Amino acid sequence: MSGQKPKVAFFDFTGCEGCQLNKLNFENELLDLLELVDIVEFREAMDGKADYYDIAFIEGGISTPQCIERIHDIRRRCGVMVALGQCAVSGGINAMKNLHPSEWVQEAVYGEDKYLFPSIPAQPVSAIVNVDYEVRGCPMSAPEYLHVFKSLILGRKPEIKDYAVCVECKLKENECVLDKGMFCLGPITRAGCEAICPSNGQYCTGCRGPVSNINRDGAVDMLKKHGYSTEEALKRMKMFNTNEIDKEIKWGR
Amino acid sequence: MSTDLNINVHHVTRVEGHGNIVVDMKKGNLNKAQLEIVEPPRFFEAMLKGRNFHEVAIITSRICGICSLGHQMTSLKATEAALGLEVSEQTEILRKILIHGSTFQSNILHALFLATPDFFKVGSVFPLVKTNKAVVEAALRLKRLANDIGDVISGRAVHPISCVPGGFTKLPSEDDLRTLRDKIVTQGLPDAELAIDALASVAHEIPPFERETEYISVYSDKEYALYDGDICSSDTGLYPVEKYLEVTNEFVVDHSSSKHARFNRDSYMVGALARFNNSYALLKPKAKDVAAKLGLEAPNYNPYMNTVAQVVEVVHCVEDTLEMIDYLLDTGIKQEKPNQEPTRYGRGIATTEVPRGILFHDYTYNRQGMIDKANCIIPTGQNLANIDDDMKKLVPEIIAEGKDAITRKLEMLVRAYDPCISCSVHMLDVEFIE
Repeated sequence: MSGQKPKVAFFDFTGCEGCQLNKLNFENELLDLLELVDIVEFREAMDGKADYYDIAFIEGGISTPQCIERIHDIRRRCGVMVALGQCAVSGGINAMKNLHPSEWVQEAVYGEDKYLFPSIPAQPVSAIVNVDYEVRGCPMSAPEYLHVFKSLILGRKPEIKDYAVCVECKLKENECVLDKGMFCLGPITRAGCEAICPSNGQYCTGCRGPVSNINRDGAVDMLKKHGYSTEEALKRMKMFNTNEIDKEIKWGR
Repeated sequence: MSTDLNINVHHVTRVEGHGNIVVDMKKGNLNKAQLEIVEPPRFFEAMLKGRNFHEVAIITSRICGICSLGHQMTSLKATEAALGLEVSEQTEILRKILIHGSTFQSNILHALFLATPDFFKVGSVFPLVKTNKAVVEAALRLKRLANDIGDVISGRAVHPISCVPGGFTKLPSEDDLRTLRDKIVTQGLPDAELAIDALASVAHEIPPFERETEYISVYSDKEYALYDGDICSSDTGLYPVEKYLEVTNEFVVDHSSSKHARFNRDSYMVGALARFNNSYALLKPKAKDVAAKLGLEAPNYNPYMNTVAQVVEVVHCVEDTLEMIDYLLDTGIKQEKPNQEPTRYGRGIATTEVPRGILFHDYTYNRQGMIDKANCIIPTGQNLANIDDDMKKLVPEIIAEGKDAITRKLEMLVRAYDPCISCSVHMLDVEFIE
């Protein structure tokens, strides 16, 4: 990369494009960033295409056969691949459809015409190709994205947090959400969001996925003590993380 | 002059989501002129089944990153209607400010960052950083300001946090509102003026094309309706929101993974131009001045002018937001908790104007407060048939201009509608065969 600005590209797969939008929302830093890199492909914002990318940012998950073809093609032509946002990292909210038999999903939406509409389970990008770095969250955390972006340009390895949202929530001096009588997934969810939801009076929805080696049974027991059934607790844990929690359950057994 | 024409634009740029433009003309006969929607399906209606009413708006805001606030508001209103939850006047005003902020943000993003490069004949906003830096900086500050509205009132502009069924989990402080107000007055208004002047200087680049169609929007006789109202057709008048299925009449076509819609004619238009045409009289005076300056009169039948209508709406939203903030500061922010005690369980239907047009959410809840059935009808889906009909009229009119010019004008046409394709295919996927 020396002497030349790194070539950066952004690609969108199955998702809401909110993470891409968040990226355009660095109104203050955007022009400075543009000095440091060449953005060679970003369909949502510009015309033009390129053959090679030093860094490819991938937003959205994999949910059709076409997605699989496209992601292989990009992987072949890029240096570093970064999954942006929870859909790319874990399949995200789209993976909730994996909870139901695909027959049922298609019937619920299309009725008698279900046979017209094939679909595959929503999966993370890393289920198909090798992913070098992840920026978690729904939407992705903007400061974390800036950190990863800057680290990659400087040739450093980005630091990724692996402790619970509760730590950040305590640092914010918020009243414990569970103690307030609300549901919360802070104890098992990976930090990095500055506990933005509890700080705004909401519960943690687990949008950044679980910390590594979660004590899932412990989490379910804790939620049971606060009045939630095992079924309800698991259902809510799966909202953004169906693939990860389901894998956890299979290992648990 | 050739009478054969074959255009295939794979994945149109500077729009939200994935769509292709396909035109096929042989010996002067137009066989095909259409926008193909190839975005993967999401199946939100199926995901919602069995979900608790606290979770529903969190899920539906993820239908779209750009209109997440609009989906959230519509979702909350539908849930509240289904569960019989009343909300306070303060909640309603704060939500109206949020909808204004969302319209402001999205319209700026589209008009200044995605559509305007066409008028300057460049491929994106990035080259304009060098040639028109002051305007790009003003546009960036405007977008930041619009996002500030979402950040201050709902905790986060993309996938908002604190607005929940029955009210807000956290209220903005009066200081926050005062700071926001000052920023709008001292920075937002001058920046908006700069951006409008820049747009006025290139307004002659907007293609002169007309096709009168049916315009459908939310309407209220009290205000330029965005947050709430009846359904209004420019052809046949007002309908209560409960009649939405009779208005939208969704149907499947083989070239689009999103359903099309039609009401009194083969197609209808929703979005900024439809709202402008139906509710012009209710715009704030400054917005009317800007419309006159940019050459937009009601009714206007040029779909390319949708971009100009968006800018007019930005001015309206800014003016109205200032008035609402003043009202809240006069009365003072009341510390109230969200009303989350359902008084009934059943069906609730709601409509809101999101930046791209009229949006419907329709939920049925069971007695445990869980979703039994859900349906969402999205503005971009409603516009698709109208875009195809525009193309069919436009292509023969400009056939002498050659393939490159035609392709460019068709891309500009699709962009003018500011399509939000992720939204429109929140549920459907159809393979098309060429």
